[in-house]
Amino acid sequence: MKTGVYICHCGSNIAGTVDCAEVARWAGELENVAVSRDYKFMCSSTGQELIEKDIQELGVDRVVVASCSPHMHEPTFRGACERAGVNPYMFEMANIREHCSWVHTDKDEATKKAKALVAAAVGRVARHQPLTEKRAPVNKNTLVVGGGVAGIQAALEIANAGYHVYLVEREPSLGGHMAQLDKTFPTLDCSACILTPRIFDAGNHPNITLLSYSEVEKVSGYIGNFRATIRKKARYVNEELCTGCGVCQEKCPKQVVDEVFEAGLGYRKAIYRPFPQAVPKYPVIDRVDCTFFQKGTCKACQKFCPTGAIDFNQQDTLLQVEIGNIILATGYDLFDARRIPQYGYSRFPNVFTSLEFERMTNAAGPTEGKVVLRDGVTTPKTVGIVHCVGSRDLNYNEYCSKVCCMYSLKFAHMVHEKAHAEVYNFYIDMRTPGKGYEEFYHRLMDEGNHFVRGRVASIAEATRYGEPEGKLIVQVEDTLIGEQRRIPVDMVILSAGLEPRHDAQAIARRFGISCSREGWFIEKHPKLDPVATMTDGVFIAGCAQGPRDIPETVAQGAAAAARVLSIIDKGEVLVEAATAIVAEMNCTGCQQCISTCPYTAIEYLADKQKAHVIEALCKGCGTCTAACPSKSISLRHFDDGQLLAEMFGAMEAMFELA
Amino acid sequence: MKYAYYPGCSLEKNAAAYGDSFKAVTDVLSQELVELEDWNCCGATEYFSLDPLPAYALLARNLALVPPGLTDLVAPCSACYLNLYKTEHHLAERPQLNSDVNAALAEAHLSYKPGTVRVRHALDILVEDVGYAEIALHIKQPLRGLRLVPYYGCFFVRPGGLGSHNPEYPDVLDRLLETLGATTVDFPLKAACCGGHMPQINPETAYGLIYELIATAASREADAIITLCPMCQLNLDVYQAQANDHFGTHHSMPVLYFTQVMGLAFGLSPQAMGFGQEFISAQSILDKLAAPPPPPEEEPKKKPQRSKKALPMPRKIETGQVR
Amino acid sequence: MANEQHEVTLYDQVAAIPGGERLKSCLQCGTCGGSCPSGPDMDHTPRDIFAMILAGKREEVLKSNTFWYCVSCYYCTVRCPQQIPITAIMYQLKHIAAGNKAYSAEATAFSQTFINMVENFGRGFELGLATQFYLLNRPLAAVGMMPMALGMLTRGRMALLPTRIKDLNGLRAILRKAKQIARQRDLEAGVRA
Repeated sequence: MKTGVYICHCGSNIAGTVDCAEVARWAGELENVAVSRDYKFMCSSTGQELIEKDIQELGVDRVVVASCSPHMHEPTFRGACERAGVNPYMFEMANIREHCSWVHTDKDEATKKAKALVAAAVGRVARHQPLTEKRAPVNKNTLVVGGGVAGIQAALEIANAGYHVYLVEREPSLGGHMAQLDKTFPTLDCSACILTPRIFDAGNHPNITLLSYSEVEKVSGYIGNFRATIRKKARYVNEELCTGCGVCQEKCPKQVVDEVFEAGLGYRKAIYRPFPQAVPKYPVIDRVDCTFFQKGTCKACQKFCPTGAIDFNQQDTLLQVEIGNIILATGYDLFDARRIPQYGYSRFPNVFTSLEFERMTNAAGPTEGKVVLRDGVTTPKTVGIVHCVGSRDLNYNEYCSKVCCMYSLKFAHMVHEKAHAEVYNFYIDMRTPGKGYEEFYHRLMDEGNHFVRGRVASIAEATRYGEPEGKLIVQVEDTLIGEQRRIPVDMVILSAGLEPRHDAQAIARRFGISCSREGWFIEKHPKLDPVATMTDGVFIAGCAQGPRDIPETVAQGAAAAARVLSIIDKGEVLVEAATAIVAEMNCTGCQQCISTCPYTAIEYLADKQKAHVIEALCKGCGTCTAACPSKSISLRHFDDGQLLAEMFGAMEAMFELA
Repeated sequence: MKYAYYPGCSLEKNAAAYGDSFKAVTDVLSQELVELEDWNCCGATEYFSLDPLPAYALLARNLALVPPGLTDLVAPCSACYLNLYKTEHHLAERPQLNSDVNAALAEAHLSYKPGTVRVRHALDILVEDVGYAEIALHIKQPLRGLRLVPYYGCFFVRPGGLGSHNPEYPDVLDRLLETLGATTVDFPLKAACCGGHMPQINPETAYGLIYELIATAASREADAIITLCPMCQLNLDVYQAQANDHFGTHHSMPVLYFTQVMGLAFGLSPQAMGFGQEFISAQSILDKLAAPPPPPEEEPKKKPQRSKKALPMPRKIETGQVR
Repeated sequence: MANEQHEVTLYDQVAAIPGGERLKSCLQCGTCGGSCPSGPDMDHTPRDIFAMILAGKREEVLKSNTFWYCVSCYYCTVRCPQQIPITAIMYQLKHIAAGNKAYSAEATAFSQTFINMVENFGRGFELGLATQFYLLNRPLAAVGMMPMALGMLTRGRMALLPTRIKDLNGLRAILRKAKQIARQRDLEAGVRA
């Protein structure tokens, strides 16, 4: 056995605290070590060549590199070993950076610890066995969760490349929040006009199976080989028979406030299609509000349906699908402005949220696009737009929601155009970083809007002496002149921030990824890998990852699709080699391992009454190994001998160096 | 339950109506008040304005005077309440402050260990410890037909602490008044400032704030403003005439303590509840309560037809404790 | 911030209170100035004062009437998006200004008169407070206060004589000691030269 040890300086990252030359010298005297070197940057090509040369010329057959985290460079050095002809699992990494030089300041102590870490690795690697990674084929189907613009973009990219996509959307129709919007900044394109062609394509693409009014309930497996259970909720409408004529909606006597698509500003019936261009065109019966489901009477929809498509007995159906990759594009929820009582939302009729206002200005919305007060009739003469509602505030959400300044400017423009009202924007900073954004801001200034730099303190229907009655008084400090102002307006629009979906944590758990503290899905690397997650094969796109505007969302949807396509194109994935193995002779068939396996990777062989690991599914987590009461399961590359050798290596070194 | 009781300087004379009615109401509800022996002034906002450490020491003397065995100290005046509450918490959170204050207390052979006493406001002990259901059982004369503004002022809700009332839109007084049978007015300024000591420092500022509160209450056809702080009562009641003079208006809005109307609801006499001490007469309240109930409507009043064009309002949420 | 010679700045003196260092995170959003009931009457809004402190404008800050007009309503404190303890900072500024004699006499007159009453009797004495304050600071206004004073007396809402607590000596001893320690702490924190 000839072990090669390589101590990396990592520039001054390690060498600044650890005496690398000394560690290399000391390691050279450990058992089985044939050569011990230190070098400035082991991950560089020259550094890797050092390893390869020693393998070829000195016959080194086990390698230890003491450097950064395996997360960074284990694949790099395993690759070097493989290139020179040594099995990549005959390699061990000692982390003397994140675990040593970056967390200690005392040089002597840090050097001793580095030595111990190297000794541990050297002891362990002596017990390594060569392993081969198996290859598993990649299922070419993709699951896209979320039918907003991010999900639609991703689905279309993959479908157009010729591969099949399951597109799952929780609401009755595709479209997400973008479908609710009126115009989009900075070009003031009509949102529906640019989105509906995409929605139509996605709904009718031969390679896309649209599962609307559905949710993913369960996911298992790993990259290239996932299995998902999807619940298609009962619409109580037979899709084979329904022609989308809409008579049922007309005749339904039960009208309720539409809290979802109309943001509470308009109505829908108990049987409804969220909006006229909905895809698919089939309506849905809302059980909670339907008179038949609540009281057993009515059935007007059934009476009038010309094709007999109403089916009150319809049940939810469960689908099992097999896919290779998953893209989560589940979007955002709007901050609940009722949490800020001093802004008066839900108490003063003429205070609106941004989504309510979008529906108002939308020509297909509850007011046919007219900007009016809550009475539905009066045109406001003055409008105040309040920025940063629920954002940039330690009392609610610390982050900036990125899009509100731009949409607030858009609103100012819409109010001007439609109501010819006087508009005030109350802001802290004007954030207009995108292409054409600053120019849009200048345009708004040219249009004569008032900009008051001050965060609104309160809004009330209470007047001081001399103030006009019947108005909303916005109290704010105009910080640019250093004076408190009370500005009477007819209408207030609260530019509420974006928040993660209320069930984001549950969704993350279901798909095996993580959420940040606020609830945004966590990307693999904030700068270099924004659409991947730490779980291979699961990608994220759009606002589910954090607040962003439409161009970025579309780009992310396409980026996630590109990542998926490259995996599909490769056709196979390398399956984890460090898998568990059952020693059948010792196994008592108690099945403890099966109940603890998080990947459902162990099966019970009834005829033999033994457990058996399905290697393709095993991720090498070690839970079964720990759970087995008869110690019948061992984990390759993490067996007792290796782990004990690692511990003893470290402990002996610590005793020696103390 | 037995409470240590800190009346505060105002309750002796200026807010005697509050003190008397609070004692009466706690009697009815079988809550015992044990007045602190030889308590001193809490310093209002004035002591902290010049020198914080003596201010804390002044307050800590009262905490030290709480007899052993009594865990809760109740103060009806919001300023006293906040001062004592703040002191208790800061002594617990700041070891240096605690040792300095105790060094000062030692001069009078007193000491105080943070965590010994829980400081409560008079309204809190009634709604939290007794509860609305129990209070309702003692009502003999519901405040039927009265439109009351629940006015909390600042210190009862701000700066507040974890789990306490919503600092902008609390609801405990609203619910208490509703339990007593009154109709509460949805008052946007329910936690707005009465002006504090501004009548003495800069009267114009004060009049503007006082006017806003009175006029808004009047515009909502309130019969009275209900307070829980002597400072608020003083500013809104005693200075109401001056505010009227300043603006040339003629509002006449009675301002009463919640315990006064609570006592009325319990069937206690107005005189015992301190009626007559207010500057703006509350006789209108008493008259309204004494008047026979209006005859039942011949036809049920038709619900005003909602305009077909009107847009739906968002649903309100319980803000009471939510943030 | 303190410079090389460790000269104590106004920011340092404000940062001496718990949470005071949050001042450097001020966004200058103006919520404090917008919420303040006395805001319109201050010569500088609270936000302005914070910008001035961070810019080192010590004299201007201590001369302003801003913190003397603070009514401690705490709106600013609960609404500040950076959770700066604004009301507490206002008290600290009063404390610094009073200690550095940078105030105008009337600003502290009310507080000082109130404190005198407490130290003389252990409890507040409104008649004494009002008489002393108005006669010494606003003699003309005192006349206008007569109707109100009469109203208070006839309704039994004002005492003619003060109430003294029993252990007034004990209270005075406590306050004496507290003031002594306070001076020490101020010297340590650089709040007092």
